[in-house]
Amino acid sequence: MKIHEYQAKSLLKDFGIPVSKGIAIQNINDVERAYADLASPVVAVKAQIHAGGRGKGGGVKIAKSLSDAKKYASDILGMNLVTHQTGPKGQRVRTLYLEAGCAIAKELYFAVLLDREISQLRVVASAEGGMDIEEVSEKHPEKIITLTIDPLLGFRSYIGRELGYKLGLPESVHPELITLGKNLVRAYLETDASLVEINPLVLTKDNHLIALDAKMTFDDNALYRQKRVVEFRDLHEEDPLEIEAAKFGLNYIALDGTVGCMVNGAGLAMATMDVIKLAGAEPANFLDVGGGATKEAVTEAFKIILKDTKVKAILVNIFGGIMKCDIIASGIIEAAKTVDLKLPVVCRLQGTNAPEGLKLLSQSGLKIETAETIEEAATKVVRAAAGK
Amino acid sequence: MAILIHKNTKVIVQGVTGKSGWFHTKLSIDYKTQIVGGVTPGKGGTFMEEGTYKVPVFNTVKDAVEKTGATASVIFVPPPFAADAILEAADASIELIVTITEGIPVNDMIAVKQELAKRGDKTLLIGPNCPGVVTIDECRIGIQPGNIGKRGVVGILSRSGTLTYEAVDQISRIGLGATTCVGIGGDPIHGADFITILKRFNADPETKGVIMIGEIGGGEEEAAAEWIKANMKKPVVSFIAGATAPPGRRMGHAGAIISGGKGTAQAKMSALRSAGVTVVENPSHLARAMKERLG
Repeated sequence: MKIHEYQAKSLLKDFGIPVSKGIAIQNINDVERAYADLASPVVAVKAQIHAGGRGKGGGVKIAKSLSDAKKYASDILGMNLVTHQTGPKGQRVRTLYLEAGCAIAKELYFAVLLDREISQLRVVASAEGGMDIEEVSEKHPEKIITLTIDPLLGFRSYIGRELGYKLGLPESVHPELITLGKNLVRAYLETDASLVEINPLVLTKDNHLIALDAKMTFDDNALYRQKRVVEFRDLHEEDPLEIEAAKFGLNYIALDGTVGCMVNGAGLAMATMDVIKLAGAEPANFLDVGGGATKEAVTEAFKIILKDTKVKAILVNIFGGIMKCDIIASGIIEAAKTVDLKLPVVCRLQGTNAPEGLKLLSQSGLKIETAETIEEAATKVVRAAAGK
Repeated sequence: MAILIHKNTKVIVQGVTGKSGWFHTKLSIDYKTQIVGGVTPGKGGTFMEEGTYKVPVFNTVKDAVEKTGATASVIFVPPPFAADAILEAADASIELIVTITEGIPVNDMIAVKQELAKRGDKTLLIGPNCPGVVTIDECRIGIQPGNIGKRGVVGILSRSGTLTYEAVDQISRIGLGATTCVGIGGDPIHGADFITILKRFNADPETKGVIMIGEIGGGEEEAAAEWIKANMKKPVVSFIAGATAPPGRRMGHAGAIISGGKGTAQAKMSALRSAGVTVVENPSHLARAMKERLG
């Protein structure tokens, strides 16, 4: 799960991370009051969306007067912000964060994340902050510092000192860096985060560290024990169909193609998308109906897929193991009748009682083509999507 | 021979009284698996009974091990309690712990991995978020369908459940059959990796070739490729799911995510190919490719 910058900062502040004073607003009429409250000669006006690259997209401006702030706020609030992470459709800005400026001497990068290869945490830091870190790591890998953190030991002081020297920070700042590292790792662990990223982490002209930006994402598996984090969820930032699907226990991800897919199992669902592409079309979605592919799940899955108007044909790919294919086929037939399915459907069943299942489908009187292999199904559905 | 589990393997079920735990316990008993007991705290001394099925329930894994001599355990415990269940099994000297549970917090699994690392080779964890292990016609631990596989010569290992079943089904239909099918699970932090299982298949005289199914995310396939290049004596056929997956999105499995340009299907395929693995782009071709490799 993702949250906004202003939410991440309020969380991190409670873990002792230094952040500038800021106020989040949803209404343009609140700019004046917020500006007065901040009482700062320089105020950053920042769009709050769940995507990076906001500055480059025109979603972050520096105001040096109230009239500046008002102008920038009215430009940004409500705009459709397009960044390299939002895709071409962009994301509407519903919240602004007004933040007191600071005198920047140096911009650094600091992140805590999971190192899945060794099942430990990793701290990634760089003296090249404020830029796209993936770009830095590609062009100047030597400028990226990576340290392993044992979560049971936490961020030890010596690690902070080592980092301080590697980042070229004055020794007088090392104690602050050590505290910052300890607190960020503590925040990571205690909120079940999967990423805490401070970019930039600023060294001010008077030699203090401040988190100028903050990004946090969280382990979905742990949300049951993170009530405060869950309260930060902003449904506006998520795809409405994905929210709808999740209500029924379906794993759905919207994509840009024309072939809707319904598959049981995440691996098989990915494989099905791949084979559609090999057959010459693009998948419209990833959808895992769950191992059992019950009638209820299939009905809801059809409804979700049909809400995507780009979809021209649907591929149902089910492997029947314990749930036998003839049972699954009856479920598909009932579901197709319930949702009054008009689009062409290609259905591939494999596993236990597959021939019986395919026979039921072809005798159903519905517009359902059948196939025995994924390859055959993909070829047929791509042809159907092209209207042939 | 086959690997990991055999007809004499004694298995207990942690979470035997839950709906899914009991459902799959019955199927495993039908498969002639030696299910010798179950563990549910507070229900020790009772039996799970239904028709001809009767399984004794214990309060703790230690009790169950003492009374039954079990060496393997399968875990169906809900996510908030699953990490504890794994540690309890390890503490009771269970040698093979198969964790089916999906949705265990990553931080819980980090702690589990550290504890298991201290125990070295004494405990092998499979999963979590996995379909389990089946040695065809001998022993079924987990949730894999038992009726699709025929005994033969190919070892199967995979990060995905239904793709494992696809492979077993294909390899059985084409007449080669399988030895043991291992689902290592779709979570970013999990127990046995590809290499751990490949080593066992490599040493098993009955296994003549291996089908290895990977997916986007992490670097385990790349690590396996290096190991295969240096050590594997048997042909390996592979499929990597997720060539069309968009970066930064979790594709169903918690571990299936491309982050920072790492973990792409393309990188994994080329690493495997350069290690002499036959990589098919279409999962329908797995069995055919294996047949060609085995000649």
